[in-house]
Parts: sequence; structure tokens; C-alpha cells
Amino acid sequence: MTNLALEFEKPLVELEKRIEDLRQFGLKKGIDLSDEIAILEKKANALRKEIFENLTPWQRIMIARHPKRPTALEYIHLIFDEFIELHGDRTFRDDGAIVGGIASLGGRPVTVIGTQKGRDTKENIARNFGMPHPEGYRKALRLMKQAEKFRRPIVSFVDVVGAYPGVEAEERGQGLAIAGNILEMTKLSTSIIVVITGEGGSGGALAIGVGDKLIMLENAYFSVISPEGCAAILWKDGSRAQEAADMLKLTAPDLKAEGLVDEVLPEPQGAAHKDSVAMAGVIREAITRGMDELSGIPLRRLIERRYARLRRIGEFAVREISESDLPMAAAGNGDMQGTSDLPNVEGGTDES
Amino acid sequence: MPSFKGIFQGKQKFVTVKAGRIREEAPDGLWTKCERCGGILYKKELTQNLGLCSDCGFHFRLSARERIAVTLDDGNIVEYDDELLTVDPLGFPGYDIKVEGAKQTTGLEEAIITGKGTIDGYPVLAGFMDFSFIGASMGSVVGEKITRLFERAARKRMPVVIFCASGGARMQEGMFSLMQMAKTAAACARLSGTRTLYISVLTNPTTAGVFASFGSLGDIIIAEPGALIGFTGQRVIEETIRQKLPPGFQTAEFALEHGLIDMIVARRDMRKTLGSLLSLHGGRRQDAG
Repeated sequence: MTNLALEFEKPLVELEKRIEDLRQFGLKKGIDLSDEIAILEKKANALRKEIFENLTPWQRIMIARHPKRPTALEYIHLIFDEFIELHGDRTFRDDGAIVGGIASLGGRPVTVIGTQKGRDTKENIARNFGMPHPEGYRKALRLMKQAEKFRRPIVSFVDVVGAYPGVEAEERGQGLAIAGNILEMTKLSTSIIVVITGEGGSGGALAIGVGDKLIMLENAYFSVISPEGCAAILWKDGSRAQEAADMLKLTAPDLKAEGLVDEVLPEPQGAAHKDSVAMAGVIREAITRGMDELSGIPLRRLIERRYARLRRIGEFAVREISESDLPMAAAGNGDMQGTSDLPNVEGGTDES
Repeated sequence: MPSFKGIFQGKQKFVTVKAGRIREEAPDGLWTKCERCGGILYKKELTQNLGLCSDCGFHFRLSARERIAVTLDDGNIVEYDDELLTVDPLGFPGYDIKVEGAKQTTGLEEAIITGKGTIDGYPVLAGFMDFSFIGASMGSVVGEKITRLFERAARKRMPVVIFCASGGARMQEGMFSLMQMAKTAAACARLSGTRTLYISVLTNPTTAGVFASFGSLGDIIIAEPGALIGFTGQRVIEETIRQKLPPGFQTAEFALEHGLIDMIVARRDMRKTLGSLLSLHGGRRQDAG
């Protein structure tokens, strides 16, 4: 029993403790309490089911951020038959917040990249709490380019609260590194499967999160902004993050419903950290299936398909244009000089 | 508090009024204060002066319409895709009101105007972001208009110039807005594949999701003097490192010094510089006569 139970798990933890106490008491006194224990266990199972089937977005975020949540390297070692880690961006340094290398999945060579959080304070300092600097993103890009060269499929594991917000990160071009990765991933000549295993923190996640298949674990989230950041902007009060989490539609099921995610993987009872081996098995199956599917698509079509998948994202309305609107194409707003009406040579549409 | 009584009693010959008070009392709409030197500027003159402080040369933020007027020849633009309208995909509380308010105050439908015009005679497809419209944040419409601009440019092999200004992604549209980063980048990659020039001009401020997508993807990246350019907001960085940031951090000059952009171009020279770059990339003047 872990002592890292989340707040909403407390009633369940108490019940489990009572069952354990009862079991110990029976053993000590030589009394058969199996009926009572069975009743309580049934109750515990029902409670567990109730809690985990009705998780709020905030509760899912708590699970995604759980200190015991399996990390990229743990999954990589559980999922792949072999993994050779490669280091560095060949320019500045090796960023511990990004890991990557070459692995084998059922005899098939693949390139694996991921954001890497630490397990304890010491490791977290080395990993910078899994928040990459620009050189981390450039390392990931280097490995992805290598994958393209050798026609290896890419699997990317994402669990990042965000790109590192620091002075050096800005000096070395955090925005440029992220933009560069996103651009390259939209056209890389090899298949890319992205698995969001925990946190999908905005641009810092998207920088290794563009691909042909986007998979999310049930309790992972993917968001344009952290709920804390959103609450701080809306109400100047980061502590109202729970409300913001409800509004941002950032959970795996919500994103699946919007068509922004291809597949949601169920987590073991009590979430991924309760059984990382089982979780890894589910991910492995999904990756294998995804790679089989994608490997059947010719490369040119795969890249067309990737473009089309991104191209359709966005929700907007289109105003009907009436004839009388057309000459207004270049109307200025009163006080501006120079934005005079133009001869309407092309009208509203301009295809040629 | 100045003492009027003192004047009559002859103890004080003058009334001290804090300079700030005069500024506050300046009739709204006629005068404005320079953010940098504090000088009082006649608004009409400021507009005629490209939005530059006549005292210190500070570059005031320009609206999209103002930017078009000072950038494109005769301020002429054939607008594209202005029929695209913002919706509220998440049912985000207060978003519809916010958008409506932004429309009212800016007279725009969204945070960017895209279209076709000429700069120094050279035809371009151009985008002009307007920070007054919800911080020129990128939601679905902004992302779509930029994507269409890139796609159109790729078809016509016409160079693109985008004047960027943005606080980042439009959080009220959730993941739809984050994914506009990938959508615009994908379109930009396609344009690049046709060997067509794209110049991004970073104006004050260009940050977060726009800096980390098409803002950073120009073949040539130009910034206006003093513009704030960066990925993470300064308050967030300060909270993370628990230190005050050095002066000049994330300015255009900082970006140039760290090799993040190609050049800083003052607004007065912008048209000329863009014209030269367009010419050097095979641009042909349309209106030689």
C-alpha cells in the first residue's frame, strides 16, 4: 500500500486499511473473519470502481502528476525488447529532461524519444523535473532526423508540465526550438506515434507531440495552458485551478470526443502507477497495432495524411458574403488614412 | 497637497502640481504618453510619425489597420478570408462576450488581417496581427487565416510577410488553439518546400505559441526595436527562478545578441528593407510606371 494516496482516494485507503487490520486481527486471534473481510472487499471494489469511473478533470490531473506515475524510461524498458540510449544535441549539452535512442519492438527497429521526469529529488534535479531546455528539443529532433534517414518509425512518450521557463532557455531560443521541432515533425518522412502518458503541457509537449497517431492514457491530459496558469489569468487566483481544469476540456476522453486524439488507453485499476507492467503491456499492444497500420501506408500518402489531419483542426463559422459586401474588402476604420477602397479585382475568393 | 491658502497669504508663490497629474488630466484621445521617455505626444502627430515617439524614437504598438497603412503601398490591401468567424468550441464561460467586446473596440472580426498588397512595388501576401484583439492570441480563426495565407502563397509562389504580435495561444479555445501551432507550421513547411520566401516581422510583443510556431519559422526573422520577444512570460520565469530578470531580457536586442533573429529594423526603414529582401528573392515590381 502506497502512502502517496491522493486526496480523493482517502476513503478507499481507509477501507483497505480496515480490511488489512481485520485480517491481521483474525490471524492473531485465530478467528475466521473471512465473511466480514469478503463483505468489506466487495465494498472496497465498488468504491474503487465508483471513484475511478467518475474522476473529475482535476482528479485526473492529480493522477497524471502522481510522483509514482511511470516515467518514459520505465515504459521504454518494459515495452521494448532492447533499448540503446543516445545522448546530446551535438551542439550544446545533453539535456536529461529528454531521453531517446534506438529500440527494438518485436524485432522491428524504432527510434524512441520522450520527456523524462525523475523519481526522487536528486533525480528530478538532474532531469530538471522533466522540463526540457532548447537543447533537449534539439536532441529529440536530431534523433528523429536519424530515424528518418534510416526509415525507422518514431515513438514519442510525452509527460511534461511544460518547456522549462528559465533565462538560459530563453537565451538559447526555446520558442525557436519548439517551432523547429513542430515544423519538422509535420513533414518527417517516417511514421510517428505519440503517446501522452501523463502531462501534455502546451507547446513544450507539442514540440515532440506531432504525429500520425496520437494516443493518450486514460488519465493523461493535454492542454493549451496549465489549469493553474489559466486560473491565474482569469481570476488572478491560481488556486482556482480545479475550475479552470473543468473548462479547458483537457482530459483524454474529452479530447477523444472532439476528435483531437485517436485512441485512449484504459489504465489498470487505481491508475497506471498501481501496475506499470500491465500498463506497459497495453501501450505496447497499441503501439504495435499503430505501427502495423501506418507501415502499410506509402510514405508520400502518410505525409499527405499527416498534413490533412492537422489541416482540419479548428472550429469557426463562415459568414455568408452578400454582393453588397464585396466592394468593402479594403474598407479602413474611419480614422486611418490610406486604407482606401480598392477596386474589387478578386473579390472574396482568390484561387488561381 | 498644494495649499491655496498659502498663495493668498504670500508664503508660497506657486502651487506645485505633480507632473503625473497633468498627464492624467490630458484630454482623453487627443494626447498620449510615451511609455519609454514619458514625453507627451499629440496623437495625430504620432500617427503621422508611424507611431514613433518624436522625442526618443520609441516604437508604439500599431493596430493592424495602422500597420497596413504604414507598410503596404498606399495602404492598399485586398483582404482574404475575412468571412471566417470565431465560435466558442468549448463553451468557455465569458468567451463570447470577450470576443464581442474585442470586435467592438477594434472594429475587427479577429486578431489578424490577411491579404494581398505591394511593398515598395513588390507584390506580397501579408498578415497583420492586432494585439488589441484579445492580445492577438491565436485561436482557430487566426490559425486558419495564416494557414490559408501560406497555402495561397505556395500555390501562387508569392512571398509572405507576417507582422506578428501575440500573447500566445487563445486559451479559451483549448486544444483547438494549441493545435493551430502545428497547423500553421505544417502549412509553413509546405510553403518552404516550394522555395518561396517567408519573412516574419516580430513586433511588440511576440510571445509564447505564436513565437513558438510561425513567428519563428521565417526564412528571415526581423524584429522591431525594443519589441518583447520570448516564449515564456516574464512573471512565470521570475516565479520559477525566484529572481528579478535582468534589464533588457527578451527584447529584440537581446534576441539579436543571442542569435535568435536575423536583424532589427526600425519602423522607418521597414518598407525599404522588406522591398530590398523581396527584390533579392526575385520579386518584380508591379507598378514600375
